[in-house]
Amino acid sequence: MSFYDKLQHLKGLPIADHLASISPSEIETILTKSRIDEHDFLKLLSPAAEAYLEVMAQKAHQLTVQHFGKTMLLFQPLYLSDYCVNICKYCSFSVDNSFPRRRLTMDEVRKEAEIISDRGIQHIILLSGESRNHSSVAYLIESMSILKDYFASISIEIQPMDTLDYQKLVKAGIDGVTVYQEVYDEKVYSEIHTAGPKRDFRYRLQTPERAAAAGMRTVNIGALLGLDEWRKECFITGLHAAYLQQTFPETEVSVSFPRLRPHAGSYKPKVMITDKHLVQAIVAARLFLPRAGITLSTRERATLRNNLIPLGVTKMSAESSTVVGGYSEPDVTQSQFDISDERSVKEVKEHLQQANYSPVMKDWQLI
Amino acid sequence: MTNEDTLIIGGKKLKNRLFLGTGKYGDHRVMEEAIKHAATQVVTVAMRRVNFENEEEDIVRLIPDNIILMPNTSGARTAEEAIRIARLARASGLGNWVKIEVISDQKYLLPDNQETLKATDTLVKEGFVVLPYMSPDLMAGKRMIEAGAEVVMPLGSPIGSNRGLRMKEMIQMMIDELSVPIIVDAGIGKPSEAAEAMEMGADAVLVNTAIATAGDPVQMARAFDLAVKAGRISYLSGFGSTSLKAQASSPLTGFLD
Repeated sequence: MSFYDKLQHLKGLPIADHLASISPSEIETILTKSRIDEHDFLKLLSPAAEAYLEVMAQKAHQLTVQHFGKTMLLFQPLYLSDYCVNICKYCSFSVDNSFPRRRLTMDEVRKEAEIISDRGIQHIILLSGESRNHSSVAYLIESMSILKDYFASISIEIQPMDTLDYQKLVKAGIDGVTVYQEVYDEKVYSEIHTAGPKRDFRYRLQTPERAAAAGMRTVNIGALLGLDEWRKECFITGLHAAYLQQTFPETEVSVSFPRLRPHAGSYKPKVMITDKHLVQAIVAARLFLPRAGITLSTRERATLRNNLIPLGVTKMSAESSTVVGGYSEPDVTQSQFDISDERSVKEVKEHLQQANYSPVMKDWQLI
Repeated sequence: MTNEDTLIIGGKKLKNRLFLGTGKYGDHRVMEEAIKHAATQVVTVAMRRVNFENEEEDIVRLIPDNIILMPNTSGARTAEEAIRIARLARASGLGNWVKIEVISDQKYLLPDNQETLKATDTLVKEGFVVLPYMSPDLMAGKRMIEAGAEVVMPLGSPIGSNRGLRMKEMIQMMIDELSVPIIVDAGIGKPSEAAEAMEMGADAVLVNTAIATAGDPVQMARAFDLAVKAGRISYLSGFGSTSLKAQASSPLTGFLD
């Protein structure tokens, strides 16, 4: 049974009504438990739980330190290409946005790698627009022949692929896949993904399953917050992560909570998710998934990121560029979205150390 | 406890029976201090975190020369990965001790005994001093020894859980029946639990989370050192027998005999 089947069961449930009916005493009971189930998790995402954020945060902190220590893995994205074949209303790379497209040559890949590596970063994630032609398996394998000399761990966030393709990438040394479902409501999904292979909701939803089955060490998932009601989206993200942990015990599962950021199109978020809501989503996820990684990008501003460090986050990007070739030639082309935290890797490391956290630059290595 | 009470592993004599892990510290200087106050002679380092290229992050550099470095294969999910990591550690100059850690379950982080055995078998043949971390299981322990493991390292409870000796009965069987030193690794959350493991007859304990995540890791390291010593002395002293019935030292009803 795939997570798609589980999602079908959730479809008709009155989640919004249920969330509104949760009482403070129910939250208090949950907070005395040492292990919480999916019903409890949903309740922790309710409006009633907002009054208990501090207690939740304390518990989330305690659990995170216990399982991960006071450590923070730092990584950087490397954008390979901005060619895309989809129309997604919220994304700058959408094929209907007009700007000069670009894909890095192998020399350019090396240049980007040198700059990132010089900053001390050992974990990178390769990103591209979704185009099978431009970010093909062969292109990625060719890039790997260069990148593996510079980095200890390399993962990808590109178009979804079949299991066989993921197996080829694992063999080439790629060890992780990030794929955001964007939105778990199939109807909303279809409204905002108006053209291209990405319209296949089920294929995208099952991508983490194919990646894990192919032997990827890490799988990172998430919903793009702003596309639909956040409490429901975060709940389903948590269930999806729990499903993956259960089904693929060898895979390290992480979740992200990206908020929609300014981009090249005119799409306005359907829902605004406040900082307080983001905190609630993160700490509820930590209480439900004590062993899952939680990833935080530079979409969020520096002050908020600093404050989120002790609440459950285990991986952070730093000094990111969301532009193809953006490390060696800043601002030459279109960024995927705007970043908020513009601090250097060095500055982020310094802050972590001041906060008594140990920045981890290497947590695995290609062997 | 006399000066002769030494633990011998891989030909090396150890007087201190508290081994330390190096993960989870927020500050490397605190880790250095904790190592010092624990008076430990063996420290384990995850190869996946070893970063020789970055001096600031190089944990190995912070470990005093007189301490035995035991690289571990944390992050390995198969025997093959563990073997490659061990070879990499030796090639990097980290010696030939290796703690085999093969964890294929990422939710509870329980070791995979079967893969651990495979890795042990290969690495012993390659001349490593192999210390396998394992789920407590008597027969699996015997097989590790047959494969050439110098010690076996059963977990007290899941790694990082600080839940103490939940596997006590199984560990006791291993202590009673196996011919190599038993080092309780993982799960020990308090000095009293370390002392309990030593009183049971464990030859050493390996502690990380309980110290690294304590409010004052340095003082906690010291407390563990004392507890391990106390537990060892207690074990060597021999316990008085226990009985369900009262056995007064001066019987009150003796006159009836």
